[in-house]
Amino acid sequence: MRASQPGLLQTVLAPIVFGVAVILLWQGLVTGLAIKAFILPAPFAIGAEFTANLQNVTNGMAVTGRNALIGLIIGALLGIALAIVSALARLFDEMAAPVVAALSVVPIVALAPVLYTMFGAGAETARQLVAALAVFVPVYFNTLRGLRQVRPVHRDLMRAYAVTNWQATKAVTLPTALPFVFTGLRIASSLAVISALIAEYFGGPVGGLGKSITSAASSSNYGLAWAYVLGSIILGLAFYCVALVVEKLVTRRSGG
Amino acid sequence: MTGIVPAVEVQGVTRRFAARKGPGVTALDDVSLTVAPGEFVSLIGPSGCGKSTLLRLVADLDVPTSGSIEVFGKPARQARIDQDYGIAFQQAGLLPWRTVAGNIELPLELHGAGKAARRRRAAELIALVGLSDFAGHYPDQLSGGMQQRVAIARSLAESPSLLLMDEPFGALDEMTRERMQNELVRICAETQAAVVFVTHSIPEAVFLSTRVVVMSPRPGRIRSIVSVGLGEMSGRSEDLREDEGFFRALSQVRELLHGDEAAPTGARGVERR
Repeated sequence: MRASQPGLLQTVLAPIVFGVAVILLWQGLVTGLAIKAFILPAPFAIGAEFTANLQNVTNGMAVTGRNALIGLIIGALLGIALAIVSALARLFDEMAAPVVAALSVVPIVALAPVLYTMFGAGAETARQLVAALAVFVPVYFNTLRGLRQVRPVHRDLMRAYAVTNWQATKAVTLPTALPFVFTGLRIASSLAVISALIAEYFGGPVGGLGKSITSAASSSNYGLAWAYVLGSIILGLAFYCVALVVEKLVTRRSGG
Repeated sequence: MTGIVPAVEVQGVTRRFAARKGPGVTALDDVSLTVAPGEFVSLIGPSGCGKSTLLRLVADLDVPTSGSIEVFGKPARQARIDQDYGIAFQQAGLLPWRTVAGNIELPLELHGAGKAARRRRAAELIALVGLSDFAGHYPDQLSGGMQQRVAIARSLAESPSLLLMDEPFGALDEMTRERMQNELVRICAETQAAVVFVTHSIPEAVFLSTRVVVMSPRPGRIRSIVSVGLGEMSGRSEDLREDEGFFRALSQVRELLHGDEAAPTGARGVERR
């Protein structure tokens, strides 16, 4: 327990003041030093593009966000399910460990071009799979670790109570693992957005944020490209914040 | 005593732990011990004397290499399945995501007691250990002593006739410890349960026990059993700590424990400590 919580004013106001200061400094530098827009556009110009193209940006966020969310769900379910199997069956764990380790070092977005040819360039499937693969690794490892965190004293207690395996799993193993699962999901949530977005750079249908950034930049519309980048940041933050809030709610009582 | 089924009957129990190299470790060597119903027996000895191992064997958390253990006339395994004992460890071992009441209800819940009965029993026990104001608190909001009281209440949840306690006050400071001992004496007087209590504190063992079992290490054996003879549980109070009989038993246990150390170290003529 913390001795004193910093006031709401401090936690909210301080970052806002800092952010405004940075933006003003940025604007001042760009206008003062007459920096060309293709090097670094001024923040007010980006803001203007953002509001002018709000519909397009939000559409892009919806497309990329949907891919990321589907990827997150598939990857998380797969990661949790396989982690449970690994925790129960030592043999499976030993078989899966090198495969998952290999998977974790594959530059997953590099699979995107291959997947586009597999599923067709007109479908979003490749992007969702890329996101799912990126999500799978941290969720799998964190869940597996969580499932192994049962304290010896709790194991003894469950044996002393002479309960069935399933009862012990429900009473102790799963609640112990839960915070770890959600930590994995929090890490995975931003990975899902990044992967879904980067995967768009390698082909597939237009409409998502990644495609919009490249096409705006290639038509020298730098302000618009940055407006889409801003949209990506907002999308990533939204995923992360939701995951963080859920994690905080779940782990409130697992300090020990 | 004939005709009365003992609470615990340990006969010729040996527990050997296999090692990857060498002959392994003999934690307990041919140990026999009987605990009568309602009796408070402490196991005391230096680290490695097998006192915790013996308790774990009685609880059927571990299985002896040879020998037999009966709890209320049943094999230890059957007694565990029938939930004939309550147990408390050195670590409170509470579930951090459950409240005080939720933790105490845990064994009742796992064994299918109804919600209303669970609530009632938990409230009773919370009052017994003096935590009525904390029923809705979570373990991380409680001090170490309070957590241990919750663990003791949990061990009493199903009104067992036998309590197994493995250094439950080992991690507490001296003052909390003495207060907890006073409370345990009161609780034992109220519940009439037999207790097997592992400790490495001589005053704790003497203050609480009907009999103190002094053990020696490597291999773990029973060196001697001291009958404390300080009277009934219900008559024990703080004054007892000043009593002459208390000091006599104290020095008796201490001599037995130290005689143990003198043997190997004395040969080399080295004074330890």
